Amino acid sequence: MTTLTFALLIAGGSVTAGMLGALTGLGGGIIVVPMLTLLFHVDLRYAVGASLVSVIATSSGAAAAYVREGYTNVRVGILLEVATTVGALVGAAVSGFIPTSALAILFGCVLLFTAIRSLQPRAEHELLTTPDKWAKRWRLDSTYPTADGLQHYSVQRVPVGFSLMFVAGILSALLGIGSGIIKVLAMDQMMRLPFKVSTTTSNFMIGVTAAASAGVYLHRGYIDPVLSFPVMLGVLAGALLGARILGRANTKLLRQLFTVVVVVMAAEMLYKGFTGGL
Amino acid sequence: MEQVIGRLLQIGVLLAALVVLVGGALILAQHGGTATSYAVFQGEPEFLRSIGSIVRGAFALNSLALTQLGLLLLIATPIVRVAFTLGAFALQRDRTYVVVTTIVLVLLLYGFLYGKA
Repeated sequence: MTTLTFALLIAGGSVTAGMLGALTGLGGGIIVVPMLTLLFHVDLRYAVGASLVSVIATSSGAAAAYVREGYTNVRVGILLEVATTVGALVGAAVSGFIPTSALAILFGCVLLFTAIRSLQPRAEHELLTTPDKWAKRWRLDSTYPTADGLQHYSVQRVPVGFSLMFVAGILSALLGIGSGIIKVLAMDQMMRLPFKVSTTTSNFMIGVTAAASAGVYLHRGYIDPVLSFPVMLGVLAGALLGARILGRANTKLLRQLFTVVVVVMAAEMLYKGFTGGL
Repeated sequence: MEQVIGRLLQIGVLLAALVVLVGGALILAQHGGTATSYAVFQGEPEFLRSIGSIVRGAFALNSLALTQLGLLLLIATPIVRVAFTLGAFALQRDRTYVVVTTIVLVLLLYGFLYGKA
């Protein structure tokens, strides 16, 4: 395949990934790596490098276009960043020693988990105002804007959230994903932050986590400009486009479509992992 | 403050995307017709792996180095955000979070500048 055909095909796929990611709120990173490795037979290390770059682009750029301000809890974000950054550096340090087949199996499991999470209804849980020892010490409790004015919320189970973030950081570096699903799970379910606060704070964190390992991978030669440029520009364009049509699109149908794509990729990844074909 | 930071970083991403776009167009113009494959990992050549040589290559208008510079700018964007957040906490004289943010910043710079993990 010539470089031109290759770049055009990858750009097309990346636009689709970025758009689906923005419309479903699940992020495009999770399908970029399977697309590159399974469809285009790109080595997993190159795919991880290119994917991380696109994750940073959507997190810092496009997402800000539809993220409403006033929701992000900066203290929670930066405190948990200690865990995700350490996790990402640990992940980057060990990634060279883990066989590709094991990474493929891990990826398959994360994809399956994503599919399950995307089918669960997103209900706004009750807000707790019971004080928590850790939240108090680190001054994490805050308020966020609602239709009835500013609403106070209390942050729970900080150590559990912190540990999950460490795992999210490792997975981000090993698999080239934003780990948004795990970040939201930790903040929304474990730490009991309001859903909107969880998603916007997660977005704030995703770029930082991805930058930690991407910096290391650049020096290690995982980031290829010819492969990364159509991925980055495609995913960014797709995410911007997705954010623009978000109000008009049938997100329920798209979510189901996305879930089917994710399950197919999970099956393929697990198969390749167990047969050693990746 | 957060809104200003958010705006600045959007500009950073757009700038990075612009550099990548120009570099990518140059790559296609110069190497568009050659065959390519990424099935076997070889690692990038040395000049695309260190910040100094990427910058030098980009100024010499090497298409690969120019694109890599755009990617480098993009990776730096969240790090700059953390640096701004550190400044915001310092202005609020929030000593605890100045320390927390400094830890995150040092970890990020360590990976970004030295490439070790």
